[in-house]
Amino acid sequence: MNEWIQAIFNVFTNPTFYKSTLTQSTPLILAALGGVFSETTGVTNIALEGIMLMGAFGGVMGSYFTGNPWYGLVLGTFFGVAMAALHAWASIKYGADQIISGTALILLAQGITGFALVELFGQPGSTDLVRSIPLVDLGAFKQIPFVGDIFGNLSPFVYIAFASVAFGWILIYKTKLGLRMRSVGNNPEAADTLGVNVYNVRYFGVIMSGFFAALGGAYLSIGELGQFTTNMTNGRGFIALAAMIIGNWNPVGAMSASLLFGSATAFNNQLQSQSVLNLSTNTQYIFGMIPYIITLIVVGGLIGKSRSPSADGVPYIKE
Amino acid sequence: MDKNVDYSEYAVVMRGITKRFPGVLANDRVDLFVKKSEIHAIVGENGAGKTTLMNQLYGLIRPDDGKIYINGVEKIIKDPNDAIAAKIGMVHQHFMLVDRLSVVENIVLGQEPVRGPFFALNRARKEIKDLSRKFGLTVDPDSIIEDMPVGMQQRVEIIKVLYRGAEILVLDEPTAVLTPQETNELFEILRSLKSQGKTIIFITHKLNEVMAITESVTVMRLGRVTGVVKTSQTSPRELANMMVGREVLLTVEKNSAHPGDEILQVKDLIVKENRGIKAVKGLSLTVRSGEIVGIAGVAGNGQTELTEAITGLRKVESGKIIFKKEDITNFSPKKRREMGMGHIPEDRLKHGLIKTFPIYYNFILGEHDDPKFSDGVFLKIKDIRKFSEDLVKKFDVRPPKIDLLGMNLSGGNQQKVIVAREIAFDPVLMIVSQPTRGLDVGAIEFIHKTLISMRDKGIGILLISMELEEIFSLSDRILTIYEGQIMGEVRPEKTTTEAVGLMMAGHKLEDLHQEA
Ligand SMILES: Nc1ncnc2c1ncn2[C@@H]1O[C@H](COP(=O)(O)OP(=O)(O)OP(=O)(O)O)[C@@H](O)[C@H]1O
Ligand SMILES: [Mg+2]
Repeated sequence: MNEWIQAIFNVFTNPTFYKSTLTQSTPLILAALGGVFSETTGVTNIALEGIMLMGAFGGVMGSYFTGNPWYGLVLGTFFGVAMAALHAWASIKYGADQIISGTALILLAQGITGFALVELFGQPGSTDLVRSIPLVDLGAFKQIPFVGDIFGNLSPFVYIAFASVAFGWILIYKTKLGLRMRSVGNNPEAADTLGVNVYNVRYFGVIMSGFFAALGGAYLSIGELGQFTTNMTNGRGFIALAAMIIGNWNPVGAMSASLLFGSATAFNNQLQSQSVLNLSTNTQYIFGMIPYIITLIVVGGLIGKSRSPSADGVPYIKE
Repeated sequence: MDKNVDYSEYAVVMRGITKRFPGVLANDRVDLFVKKSEIHAIVGENGAGKTTLMNQLYGLIRPDDGKIYINGVEKIIKDPNDAIAAKIGMVHQHFMLVDRLSVVENIVLGQEPVRGPFFALNRARKEIKDLSRKFGLTVDPDSIIEDMPVGMQQRVEIIKVLYRGAEILVLDEPTAVLTPQETNELFEILRSLKSQGKTIIFITHKLNEVMAITESVTVMRLGRVTGVVKTSQTSPRELANMMVGREVLLTVEKNSAHPGDEILQVKDLIVKENRGIKAVKGLSLTVRSGEIVGIAGVAGNGQTELTEAITGLRKVESGKIIFKKEDITNFSPKKRREMGMGHIPEDRLKHGLIKTFPIYYNFILGEHDDPKFSDGVFLKIKDIRKFSEDLVKKFDVRPPKIDLLGMNLSGGNQQKVIVAREIAFDPVLMIVSQPTRGLDVGAIEFIHKTLISMRDKGIGILLISMELEEIFSLSDRILTIYEGQIMGEVRPEKTTTEAVGLMMAGHKLEDLHQEA
């Protein structure tokens, strides 16, 4: 018992835990924000997982062929936007079932990345190492104990994630486009009678979701690692969906929930590496479930408290 | 052919408007002439095509044929943007508000004032305050729509239209959901709008409203115009005849009731509303077989919560509900239904129908597992269709097409579908809420007759209605509800509308007697 208390204490007093919370949360925040964009306008987007995967793959591909990871980022987000555009096209223009369309996209992304991986890099499993986006070195700031360890050397993606949340919140709650997004997601008919173009606003929401989810995916591959591995999103798209729901479809809420999940993962990783515990490899799988168990408990506890946009997932068909 | 005709004295002229839906000719060469700054009524049976006609004026649907002139100039109205540009505004039969948004946000949506990249909420608030003041429409700009009573929501709809600079206002059955008090307030507003030069097209089923506020009337029937008259030269009786094409009884004929045993007892019932505040506060009542017990009251005094508690749609905090001598307080709605409790809900789109189901499915909702309609695994579609064909005929649902989706029926015909279904399964007790809301005079006559004949067959009926007239003409006993409590019980023949009106405002029956 004592060694457990000791181990947990060690985790919380070590700056690595906090830094890891930030880096684990970053892809979740971006993808959850993407979800918020799409669903605020009334289109469910369970394809986040697939979009992230494409973003991750595009990132590595761009970086590999140009040698410049920033081009990788551009290609990755382009892939994400293209995926989202497909989803938008099927579900907005043709009123397709959004769950089916989303599921199809996830499978498509797994297929494409798996195939292209072998075609382009000649091996299944993972790509060659490519250049990743350089970290932001804060120089002298790094010397400050604890805080310097956390913030001294972070990926720009971390900053981008938080800035995106601010951007998203302002856009949705403080601009006229945001008002239109919210109205179209709750009562498209009413918006239509006022001359708001329901379809265009929904296209915008879905495409933005592709952009942000792909950014989150790209972080996984060219953010720090510099490599793509099969299915490297590993369910993060779904955790991001949960974060969006727990965050009540609000960018700030989604960010907070993402931080919660990120910290759970970080905690779990750090705890496992505590040597006092002497854990066998087998128990690591049990630990690996912690974030998901937290998801279930939190989602269960919040059911009824968070409300989705009223027209979320309902296609709008005129006459 | 109209090239040389001068329509400039008219705010709106619609000529030869024809609109066909699959299987229905909704508008058949309709002509409408509305003079500048008049209040013009359109009346007609349910499904006559009034809403369809107005939807074309507002650009929500396109006419198959016909022309529209606004202030004498021909206009092609492709979508609501064109209508807004032509200074036409519409308050829809079913409100078009975004529930979760605030009043200001709803009003400015689509024409948001901005400052730089941002939405200028304060400027919007100020503009709305100015409009409110100018037309006597007070609302709190920051309330959230879903927390507001319908009367207030309607004001928001009107301001929304005025904010867009509308000179021509279309109001599609604006009074259907209002209390008499709210209706009077609306009329004040309409008069003030008219005096400031606005033209108003007013759709209603209530002929006394036509008489009270309009200058001229267009009567429609089965997609056609059957009459255009000056209000001062007509009478409710004449209008009713033009609408329905036959004599209509505007009063109910009935014999005295022969009540039997107590079939429903409600004892010290306490029920909370959504926000957790008590809405029904220790209410007791009984209904016997073969009688109609009317509950009179101003909307929002616990009627909704009471009916939901009796039918099992809402949790009871304390108290008892006894039905057929059995305590059903915690029974499921399904169980209550099986015991013979029928329900005509007040919100027909929310609790009465499934909009995306055809009529024949809507007819068997709640009875779908009856051996008549299902063999335990599969639905007996043939039998269901046959049953539906009969019901549609018997209840005169128009158009009589059982494949039509619930949402494509006119409001009144949706109501007929619900009433037909509830009566068809032979209930012993009916909880009836606002049974004639939005119905035309002919349909009201029909539903009233049906309720009386159910009563005469020994069914107990609890009738909740905001229409005092309806309560008086149908009920054998009247209970008045105020803030979740019964203020007193009276017999319609032994009281006056004034006395009930006072109780509706919170005076107890005993107090009235003392004062007398
Ligand atoms: N989208 C649609 N598809 C098919 N039929 C429709 C559609 N909209 C309306 N109808 C039909 O057109 C006819 C006219 O309907 P409309 O709603 O205009 O009637 P209304 O006069 O407004 O009736 P109410 O008083 O009940 O509101 C009805 O028979 C209705 O069933
Ligand atoms: Mg109508």
